[in-house]
Amino acid sequence: MRALPIPLMLVQPILATIGSRVASGRPELFERLGHHAQKCFVIDPIDLPFVLALRPVPEAPKLTAHRRSDLPAHDACIAGSFINLFDMIDGALDGDALFFSRDLRITGDIEAAVALRNALDDLDGSIFDDVGTAFGPFSKPAALAIAGLRSLRGRSRS
Amino acid sequence: MTTTPSTFTRPELICPAGTPAGLRAAIEAGADAVYCGLQNATNARNFPGLNFSVKELTEAVAYANARNAKVLLAINTFPPAGKFDLWKDAIDTAARLGLHAVIVADIGVAAYAARTYPELRVHLSVQAGASSPEAIRYYCEEFGVKRVVLPRILTVTEIADIHRQIPCEIETFIFGNIGMMAEGRCSLTNYITGISTNMDGVCSPAADVRYEETADGTLTTRLGGVMIDRFGCNESAGYPTICKGRYTCAGKSEPYYAFEEPLTLNLSSLLPDLMRAGVTALKIEGRQRSRAYVKAVVSAYRKAVDDIMAGREVALDSLIALTEGSKESQGAFRSKTWR
Amino acid sequence: MTTTTPSLTFGPVLFNWKPEAWRDFYFRVADEAPVDTVYIGETICSKRAPFFVTLFDEVRDRLVAAGKTVVFSTLSETVLKIDRNLVESICAMEGAEIEANDASALYYLRGRPHRIGPLFNAYNEETLRALAAKGAHHVCAPVELPGTSLATLCASAREANVTVEAQVFGRQGLALSARCYHARAHGRTKDSCQFVCENDADGLDLTTLEGKPVLAINGIQTMSYDYLNLIAEVPALAAMGVSALRLSPHSCDMVKVAKMFRGVLDGAIEVAEASRTLDGLNLSAPYSNGFFHGKPGYSLQRAAD
Repeated sequence: MRALPIPLMLVQPILATIGSRVASGRPELFERLGHHAQKCFVIDPIDLPFVLALRPVPEAPKLTAHRRSDLPAHDACIAGSFINLFDMIDGALDGDALFFSRDLRITGDIEAAVALRNALDDLDGSIFDDVGTAFGPFSKPAALAIAGLRSLRGRSRS
Repeated sequence: MTTTPSTFTRPELICPAGTPAGLRAAIEAGADAVYCGLQNATNARNFPGLNFSVKELTEAVAYANARNAKVLLAINTFPPAGKFDLWKDAIDTAARLGLHAVIVADIGVAAYAARTYPELRVHLSVQAGASSPEAIRYYCEEFGVKRVVLPRILTVTEIADIHRQIPCEIETFIFGNIGMMAEGRCSLTNYITGISTNMDGVCSPAADVRYEETADGTLTTRLGGVMIDRFGCNESAGYPTICKGRYTCAGKSEPYYAFEEPLTLNLSSLLPDLMRAGVTALKIEGRQRSRAYVKAVVSAYRKAVDDIMAGREVALDSLIALTEGSKESQGAFRSKTWR
Repeated sequence: MTTTTPSLTFGPVLFNWKPEAWRDFYFRVADEAPVDTVYIGETICSKRAPFFVTLFDEVRDRLVAAGKTVVFSTLSETVLKIDRNLVESICAMEGAEIEANDASALYYLRGRPHRIGPLFNAYNEETLRALAAKGAHHVCAPVELPGTSLATLCASAREANVTVEAQVFGRQGLALSARCYHARAHGRTKDSCQFVCENDADGLDLTTLEGKPVLAINGIQTMSYDYLNLIAEVPALAAMGVSALRLSPHSCDMVKVAKMFRGVLDGAIEVAEASRTLDGLNLSAPYSNGFFHGKPGYSLQRAAD
């Protein structure tokens, strides 16, 4: 496996924390996913230089970053702007509406993608607020970053 | 006819919940009642990752009761012979958990509920397709139905007319996915995929849906090998259902939407008319949608209904962003020229 | 358990044929078709009904004289006042046997013997029992009900003294709507349709953007493009206790179709030979049998053993 560029090296431990945090704090996610938990989902924020791969196996869920040129084998791909994906996962935007307006692109195993979307949507409160508190000494900067993203979203939609 | 608010009865707002989080969002946004389904073929939104386990339903009823909201259980599909027990279990569960009502479509299911739990409130699902006073009276008299959910094929005038001729309450859709086909009488999905809307509770199963997008942004939607539609890069898309597809036929030079264009029912401007027509409950479609949708649509309609009751001007927030194909319609409700 | 040979029926003509063509079809059925029961009546659109109602007596008398049982089928979707009046008047026909295709017909028919049509949802044994308790003695199963469920339905029907029918030939009704798609295809509405549906004796084919024909429209009804053909499944249907096999009328040689099914039922014609004859009808669309086998309806499965 080729070495990752520096930014991805920095991102990986954060993603690993997010993965384990969600797994421990939100076990109901996996019940909703059912057999789709064994699948690999690529989440592609089209305006960022990397994509995320999610393998939501209940025992050891994995969230990893990859270069777009080096996509892992996957079952389904969900692509959209970072802010739209963020808002959809954050429970602030409707996935069907994003699909109707062509702001969300879903390819591959649509059933798995729908199951993931529905499972994430059942996580009320904010998954990002959850994660924000998971970073120990870095919780405050993480929370600030999430708040920053939300205000960015507010501006971009007004 | 007078239009003063005092002539209206305050209608209930009936809201969709695909997940427990969706249910809480609906109630927080002002739903009077929430309808949901179990995680199996007994309801018409049997989608992956959606719906309630028995444990979740138990918690949902407690949550709703504490907030003065009702929970209705949709048991609105048609059990194929040999599989009836699953539907019996669903009725048993609803009775045991103290659901406010069950929403049923099948005559056998209605008969079982009426015979086994005479105290259980039965609503007739839109899937039963009862569209005339005689049909509705049949269900009321035979199975003690207390409320009918009307098919989305009637004008407001016809609804008012039906209201005067039936002994039960009327619930009618006001927002959401617009059904082109008479509900409960459509086998199009089964014809193409082998999965039945009536028996399996799925319309256009996701497992059979394929999206293909080319480099120029053209999106092709398919269901089980049948091309449903093709959208240019700037064109809004619709659900990949057969009744929303584009086709050609003899005598027509261009492909056209043979049944209907992708659009969403929005009756906000007809609300006062519906209330005057004697509608008891206003229903929002969309158990398959996100809690973001639920929150936006329920909040907007909560405010609209409250405004009407208070005699205020109705200023409904724009819901256009949530609509299919970014297009709204009043469907059959405004005028019979829709037919 | 004793199995009796299923009878053969003609379902109601679903299309808007010219009244003379409609009458002549039934005259020929009376004279030549080896079917036991003939359903007549307008089940799709009440606007079409006046053209045929005036011919009812003539057609019925001719069929009855030929030894056929005649059953009147009611409208499948009842919304407008004229729909309701049509259903009420059919149900009020004295001494006539009626097939109900929606709940408003049941409102009138409960308490006296009647039949349940394929456009009314009778999917299971509990529904069948509830309907039987109110006088239904014969139920035609929904087209999409798979063979496994049909067998279960037949078993419980015997206990309830109900006989079961299944469609075995012709385009399958897949959906109903309040909107007329024939009118829409011609830029008209249901009220201003000018009866454009009369130009398509077997429905108007719909083709996907890729050029694949998939559906056919018939007024407010959406049908399969292909024609159901369960000739190879006739022995299986008889063995599970289906009492009547329904042929849905088309503009092709329906007498020949009836003779093939009759021949197979009587053991006079081999399935393979009957299949070849049916293949030779030169229909505009292929055959299918998917629903019976629990597969996509449009598909053609190999005959069951």
